[in-house]
Amino acid sequence: MSKSYFDETHCAIGHPKSTFMQWMLTVDHKRIGIMYAAVMFFFFFIAVSTAFLMRLELFAPGQQYIDGDTFNQAFTLHGVIMIFLFIVPGIPAIFGNIVMPLMIGAKDVSFPRLNWFTFWLYILGCIVAIASLFTDAGFADTGWTFYAPYSLTTGTNVIFTLVAAFILGMASILTGLNFLVTIHRLRAPGMTFFKMPLFVWGIYATAWIQLLATPVVGITLILAIMEKYFGIGIFDPSKGGDPVLFEHLFWIYSHPAVYLMILPAFGIMSEIIPTFSRREIFGYRTIALSSASIAGIGYLVWGHHLYTSGMADLAKTIFSFLTFFVAIPTGIKFYDWIATMYKGKIVLSTPMLWALGTIVTFAIGGLTGVTIAMIGVDIHLQDTYYSVAHFHYAMLGGVVFLLFAGMHYWFPLVTGKMYNEGRAKIAFWVLFIGFNILWFPMFIAGYLGMPRRYFDYLPEFTIYHQWSFFGAVIFISGLVFMFYVLIQGWRKGEPSGTNPWNATTLEWHMPTSPPPLENHSKVPYVDFDPYEYYHGEPVVKFDYETMRRID
Amino acid sequence: MSHEYVPEIALDRDGNEHVVQGWQDDFYGGKLGFWLFMFTEVMMFGAMFLTLAYYNTLHPHDFIEASASLNRLLGGTNTVILLVSALTMGLGLLKMRAGDVKGAKLMLYATIILALMFLGIKAVEWTAEYNHGVFLTLPALQSGNEHSLPFGKILFFGMYFTMTGLHGFHIIVGIGLMLWLIKRINSGKVTPEHHILHWNIALYWDIVHLIWVFVFPYFYMIGAAAATGGTGGH
Repeated sequence: MSKSYFDETHCAIGHPKSTFMQWMLTVDHKRIGIMYAAVMFFFFFIAVSTAFLMRLELFAPGQQYIDGDTFNQAFTLHGVIMIFLFIVPGIPAIFGNIVMPLMIGAKDVSFPRLNWFTFWLYILGCIVAIASLFTDAGFADTGWTFYAPYSLTTGTNVIFTLVAAFILGMASILTGLNFLVTIHRLRAPGMTFFKMPLFVWGIYATAWIQLLATPVVGITLILAIMEKYFGIGIFDPSKGGDPVLFEHLFWIYSHPAVYLMILPAFGIMSEIIPTFSRREIFGYRTIALSSASIAGIGYLVWGHHLYTSGMADLAKTIFSFLTFFVAIPTGIKFYDWIATMYKGKIVLSTPMLWALGTIVTFAIGGLTGVTIAMIGVDIHLQDTYYSVAHFHYAMLGGVVFLLFAGMHYWFPLVTGKMYNEGRAKIAFWVLFIGFNILWFPMFIAGYLGMPRRYFDYLPEFTIYHQWSFFGAVIFISGLVFMFYVLIQGWRKGEPSGTNPWNATTLEWHMPTSPPPLENHSKVPYVDFDPYEYYHGEPVVKFDYETMRRID
Repeated sequence: MSHEYVPEIALDRDGNEHVVQGWQDDFYGGKLGFWLFMFTEVMMFGAMFLTLAYYNTLHPHDFIEASASLNRLLGGTNTVILLVSALTMGLGLLKMRAGDVKGAKLMLYATIILALMFLGIKAVEWTAEYNHGVFLTLPALQSGNEHSLPFGKILFFGMYFTMTGLHGFHIIVGIGLMLWLIKRINSGKVTPEHHILHWNIALYWDIVHLIWVFVFPYFYMIGAAAATGGTGGH
């Protein structure tokens, strides 16, 4: 039997004998991606548990299990982990690493050692972020946004979190840089930009945001540290500084960051929809270019977070208009996906179920986002459960659902095994139903005036919180079940073969399953489009030894 | 990587050969990567210049007076030193490309000495400011005491120490990089055929001096007219 990337690897330093050290020092993009996934899901479950703790506390009005200060730290911990440790690096670090080089026919990313270093930088960031949990002053209680002036005066250990966010930002920048160079330099001969799979387009657009927006938040965090410990005055009103400036600088990064999360997720959607519709994607160029334009316009909309912070009316109007504008390329993508399915031979496998579920949940998340982009409506709904429900529909129901879709889609590629499809579908339905019961009541509660980040509430909101709690129980059960199914699949699943889904893109044309260390046996010449189907069958076929077309 | 790396050949359906670009031996990839990294420096300092410009519009007079109190002789000398160091760095790279390894090393040493001179002068400046009572955490830059400067000046000096400090940090990193480069040259890992590291460190040094080219006028020169008895923009 031929060796896969689980059997052998290249290392950054020397070549250790022990398997464990080989994993720690590996420069193989596939192994690094798997390690990212392992660490990220570990933290994901910590953050989910923290959220569940908050749901427990909110089951009834008044204090139940934790006090208000702990509650503040809990939602900060939840936000910091979910944003900085999980969802921002998430899809690029996991699937960008594992799949993107395979899709463009490369042997590895452009800077494999830098990739290894980036992974450990990420780990360092995680450790610093979590470390303050074990200090006397305790974890930050500012919310993940660290708004001045509170973050400058709080007694909790906010410095750890700021430094961690800076380190994780560096890791994010280096990942983006690596991918940009990889996509520019290492595409297989013949693969022009408009022959790349759409996931690569998503990663490409994302990498630009990582590269150009992250430094702004990096320097903002440094300025906040300088303010807190050296009193330079720029965010401190008592020295003439302007705390709203912090909000501007923060959101100049952090709003593009939400597109940074969603663009690679949309890329996964654009892979799954044509594969399981057995049909060439509708409007390839519009999807590719809409990724690029979302990345571009996304830079200019940050002000919609500051409608109630004090901003000129003209500026508000412009930001509101630009925010509507960003919905257009997103809408184009949705119509393209639906048009792809039209008259296709739809196969309802688990990845496709996840993708279709996301079309529903993200549509709700996206459209409610448009309502709060309106200035008047936002004045009413700012900082209520309505915005909480909106961004969880968009982030959890969009990004994370598509991450799960990608996990089911590329599972056979990564492991060479197949999970139990019947059980995986049950897990999807449990999660989908639990998700809606958990978050939908919050739209109503928020509309009626339930503020976010509150530890207590008026009795009339009890019913919504209890529905949410009920949904959370279902949702978490679904999560546990889904991971159980996947782990069982990896341990005991049937061998999947190299191309179980009849997909067309290059990562499914491997000589063995799972793939060998240096990917394709030969680099193919790409003179075809990424999704060519004819009567429901892939057009392009390869001889996997020579990687020459035999169709 | 190893010099014996042979790129793969991909064949299209007509049997034509196409050279495959691998991650090994990718000179342009290395250059592109470092250019992209330099963009992040520009965005970082760009955000600070934005902050500076914003407070400048709020407190124009304080900014000009604070700027007037800086030492233009030392700042100007440092600007010249940094510009000359960019020249020596560039000459070193040219020598490396022309195959003159010894000359390249000589130029690198010259650059390091100039960088150290820059840091020395910066230290003299900061010390003088400290003795004047204007430094981070000293009472003059705190609010609500008898020594407190007006808002605009506190903000000006806060940004001045942050930005020149961060720039100085880049100079220190640059010296470290150059020493590392010399070590790599000595051990034969950087040669006229393989000088991407030299190229990128030269690029880094260019960015560091380019940032100073913007830092210098914004902090030192906006108050020059006020200091010499001119109108100072009134």
